[in-house]
Amino acid sequence: MTPETSIRWRRKDLLGIAELSPAEIELILDTADSFSEVGERAIKKVPTLRGRTVINLFFEASTRTRSSFEIAEKRLSADNINFSSSGSALEKGESLIDTALNLQAMAPDLVVIRHAHPGVPHMLAKRIKAGVINAGDGAHEHPTQALLDAYTIRRHKGRLAGLKVAILGDIEHSRVVRSNIHLLTKMGARVTVGGPRTLMPAAIEAMGVEVAHTLEDAVRDADVIMMLRIQLERQGRMSFPSIREYFQLFGLTTARLAAAKDDVIIMHPGPMNRGVEIASEVADGPYSVILEQVAHGVSVRMAVLYLLSGSYEEAA
Amino acid sequence: MAKNLTPKTTILDAQQMARIIRRMAGEIVERNRDLSHLLLAGIRTRGVPLAEAIAAEIERMEGRKIPVGVLDITLYRDDLSTVGPQPLVKGTRLPRPIDDCVVVLCDDVLYTGRTVRAALDELVDFGRPKAVQLAVLIDRGHRELPIQADFVGQKVPTSQSEIIEVAFEATDGAEQVRILERGTPG
Repeated sequence: MTPETSIRWRRKDLLGIAELSPAEIELILDTADSFSEVGERAIKKVPTLRGRTVINLFFEASTRTRSSFEIAEKRLSADNINFSSSGSALEKGESLIDTALNLQAMAPDLVVIRHAHPGVPHMLAKRIKAGVINAGDGAHEHPTQALLDAYTIRRHKGRLAGLKVAILGDIEHSRVVRSNIHLLTKMGARVTVGGPRTLMPAAIEAMGVEVAHTLEDAVRDADVIMMLRIQLERQGRMSFPSIREYFQLFGLTTARLAAAKDDVIIMHPGPMNRGVEIASEVADGPYSVILEQVAHGVSVRMAVLYLLSGSYEEAA
Repeated sequence: MAKNLTPKTTILDAQQMARIIRRMAGEIVERNRDLSHLLLAGIRTRGVPLAEAIAAEIERMEGRKIPVGVLDITLYRDDLSTVGPQPLVKGTRLPRPIDDCVVVLCDDVLYTGRTVRAALDELVDFGRPKAVQLAVLIDRGHRELPIQADFVGQKVPTSQSEIIEVAFEATDGAEQVRILERGTPG
């Protein structure tokens, strides 16, 4: 942890990790530390965002991320309103730009948005005055997930620099992996991605990661193993012959953990497919920090909501 | 924002500060006979070394360790919506439940009273203390809220263009209290 974070947050939006500096990432993680304490109090609520309005706009199904944001907003005393895709005007033929303008007319302070198409949060951010938080845009970015992952790693390892992090599974369709690669490489961790070739984007090495094609190679000497969900709903066709075969080759089992460091931690952004990418014995085992990730998600999102609700200065 | 400050006078040196803190510790003990329920809570940043110094004095006098907590009132400030990026939050830490405790809030300077208001709001989120008292090293006047200190190191009449700078060994590498004058901009 840095001795004294001296920078201040000056962005209106949090759209991705790619544009953040290491100091900004550090600031969010340090701020999240203070919010973890609020979650341990008997009264888990502070008056900080009293009178502010946050709109949660989820054009794609989400349980964990949306409830995590909702809890974070409530703990900061913000008023929140949820819109979801089913029943929204968008389904009735409204264009995204009209939706944005209508939102703007309601004068929210912050908008949290998830959308199946990459770049939608960016477009919205340009159109409205409110701060925009990207809660996942297609296979592009999911910045708060990467931040909560980094926060969880830092709580266990005390640092990010120099750690070996293996990210395994469906690299192709995952926004979580993209945000995580940006974040971890910026902070000086070594990232290895692993998975079947059919789920490995071409030229992923250009992002500064190593590629392993077997699980054993990927997890060797790892300090952290992140499993990704096999996103059957995002694939046009099956990229592997069967779930059974996938588990046999790429499922994380206790036996396969042996090659990793003794104090390895196992992470998963959820929702888990037990018996597909991860065995139950690992998911529930002593190295798993999967439920901690969920708890830390609230602290990290409180930190982001807090930082974005300051007034910012327009870039000169 | 450039700090355009010129030092005017040193009002307390290290020795004078130590004497005043000793006297304040004595007054706190005198007023609160039952030390077993006493808790000192320093308001970040310089209320914390003050609380620790008072606790050390009480231990010297009474042979009893008084728990010291740290309050970060940032999340309770009433000026968060005014222009500027959000201030850093560094966290609150209270060493024990505060129910039925006498909590002595400690801060270096009492000025508008808004910080103390925020601290009181934060405290009640942690429980229901038996009583809350306020100890400040310097009371400089200009209150904007009906708040007074129970234990005052020194009253220093000031003008609003002046700034009181309290330095502690732990946070600033020196112990002294100075008056600085805000320079004219430009």
